[in-house]
Amino acid sequence: MNARTFAWFVGPSVLMMLVFIAAPLVSVFIQSFHVTSPVLETVEVETCTPGFAAQICETETKTRPLLDDAGKVITSTEFVGLQSYRNVLELSRVADVFAKGNWSGLLAIDFWKALRFTLTFTFITLPIMLSTGLAIALAVNLATERIKGQVIFVSLLPFIITPVIGALSIRWLFIGDGILTALLEWWLEADIAMFAQAWTIEILMLFYRVWHVAPFAFIVLYAGLQTLNMDSIESAIIDGASRWQRLRYIVIPHLMPLIVFLSIIHLMDSYRVFEEIVGFASESHVISLQWITYDFLTPDDAGNRSISRASASSMLTMIGIAIILIFPLRQTWRDYYGRKI
Amino acid sequence: MSLPRALQPSASLKACAFGFLGFWCVIAAFPILWITVMSLKDPIDAFSSNPFHVVFGSATRETGTGVSAFGLVLGLALAVGAISAVPALAKGLTPLGGRFVAWGLSSAATLVGLLIAAFLLWPGVTGVLDPWLGIFGRPMIGFTVDHYVSVWVHGEFYRNFINSMIVTSGVVMISITVGTLAGFGLARCRMKIAFWILIVALIFRALPHSVLVSGYLPVFVNSAAILRPVLGEAAPTLYGMPLPVIFVLVAINQPFTIWMLRSFFASIPPELDESARVDGCTYLQAFRLVIIPVMWPGVITTALFSFLLGYNDFLVTSLLLDAQNQTMVPAITSFFNRETTSTDQVRAVAAAVSITAPLFFLVMIFQKQIVSGLTAGAVKG
Repeated sequence: MNARTFAWFVGPSVLMMLVFIAAPLVSVFIQSFHVTSPVLETVEVETCTPGFAAQICETETKTRPLLDDAGKVITSTEFVGLQSYRNVLELSRVADVFAKGNWSGLLAIDFWKALRFTLTFTFITLPIMLSTGLAIALAVNLATERIKGQVIFVSLLPFIITPVIGALSIRWLFIGDGILTALLEWWLEADIAMFAQAWTIEILMLFYRVWHVAPFAFIVLYAGLQTLNMDSIESAIIDGASRWQRLRYIVIPHLMPLIVFLSIIHLMDSYRVFEEIVGFASESHVISLQWITYDFLTPDDAGNRSISRASASSMLTMIGIAIILIFPLRQTWRDYYGRKI
Repeated sequence: MSLPRALQPSASLKACAFGFLGFWCVIAAFPILWITVMSLKDPIDAFSSNPFHVVFGSATRETGTGVSAFGLVLGLALAVGAISAVPALAKGLTPLGGRFVAWGLSSAATLVGLLIAAFLLWPGVTGVLDPWLGIFGRPMIGFTVDHYVSVWVHGEFYRNFINSMIVTSGVVMISITVGTLAGFGLARCRMKIAFWILIVALIFRALPHSVLVSGYLPVFVNSAAILRPVLGEAAPTLYGMPLPVIFVLVAINQPFTIWMLRSFFASIPPELDESARVDGCTYLQAFRLVIIPVMWPGVITTALFSFLLGYNDFLVTSLLLDAQNQTMVPAITSFFNRETTSTDQVRAVAAAVSITAPLFFLVMIFQKQIVSGLTAGAVKG
């Protein structure tokens, strides 16, 4: 295929990615250094109220936005350097925390609170997701072929469900005196309110995410198990390897490329954690990095969106995912191409 | 598949495996089943702490709406009959226009049949026969579809449904058209650039969507002013319109689509289109005449995932669409944010179940394609 034909085939797709992914990235980068605000003018207004002998007049200075001919607010965009980043990171408060040494103060600042949750969420769900998926795959492999179809059907339900709805469906089981809260209360003999503090909500979020993604791991790993070389298992049995040893030294090394693949996909997806915050309505207790950007982008009561702060927090979010992904991706690259970069 | 005796698991291990799978299936299905049950009850029952109240709906029964033993049996029979009719109907329709068309048509027909049965046939028959059946005709389980009626009819949820369908079908069609061409090109190109396009696409796959939306928003909101020099007075404000959102979702989905379709086209032997080229076809002709007829399994799988992305999206649609063009998933937040009374909550549950139902049918019909898509991306990619 020559370059011309190739360009015709790939062109539309590449164009779309350039216009709708690359271009917004550049504009977000530029926006994060600029602030757009209405142009204000200061005017002296004299207000007079009728008095007994003479009018009582007061002069005061007011600031009001300048309007253009069409009656729209004139805005101006100016370069502010790293100001938006400072606003998002709230470095002065961070310095305060360092000076006083009370670490819990750090988690009262939105960005750092979100960063803490996003990272713990990503790295706690990763091993649980992999082990749950592997356990289901091994169990289906051990059980008969006949139930395979049914298990896959049921497992696909949590996987394809709309994330917000999935989170809601779990929330509704616990909300108020929902049946599962009632069950927990009866079991632990304690009064439980699942949505009153951060850590219980976080546990529900972790549970939801594992419930949602474990089926994917299960199906991929189950497919991987089907290509397992039976001869090496047999020779391991002859050598007297126990079931656990076979799993540890033959099955898992065989599945390793798939496990790496699943981990990379999971890191990408769970770093984006957002729908859980909406579904569990946990804004006041638990927030994530994507949610911060979303919150800046949602119009406030006056209808303004803080675009520059959203851009700054977007850039910071991207730096985070780049740091998380660079090590696994570099490792995979080396494994496949044996080259150093 | 029969394993050698030495490889067969012991009975106790097998029992453990079955037990674990049963446990997993309960966990996987329970929340979805439970909210379905909740959506059919009065608020007092739905949010009761006693599970038996939720299942049997005692308070709902008190208000006089319930289903008798006879009604339950009749309903189950109708549902089972309808579901088992799908494959038979599909078999009958296959000669008319391919397997997938037949399955789609017969599922749609069954759905319509089920709706007619649920809202006309079933109430009619039970209404006439229940009084004559003594104990079997007495209301046994509380059951009401009021919440669905109020969500779909009074809450005008059908508007959101139509918007969802517009956005989702747009996403699927454009994404597949653009993606198939690119996937084929990438699979057949031996130049270095094909490899780099795929790597860049993988990097794009990792981007959080909110990053992209903060790039679109200012442009979309001010698009009328930006485009005026080019388009004149007809310059549209892109914010709030479905079409730009469709393009945004297509672009977000493009990295995944081209990876998946590339690996699919790479599995089609190149000799197939090369022989067509030897016979004098251009690449585009070879693609149209030789590749298109054999590409449907891969394309349908990819289309399913595009569908899921468009249908399930919350972040992009909630920020870029105005209230009038809102799709179902963001619209549901208005139901549960209102949540002043418990009736509102059950309405939100009913809306949630309504959103989930099409996905349920999707898994029933396309289970094989979804599984093959999930594994193909992993094993070959």
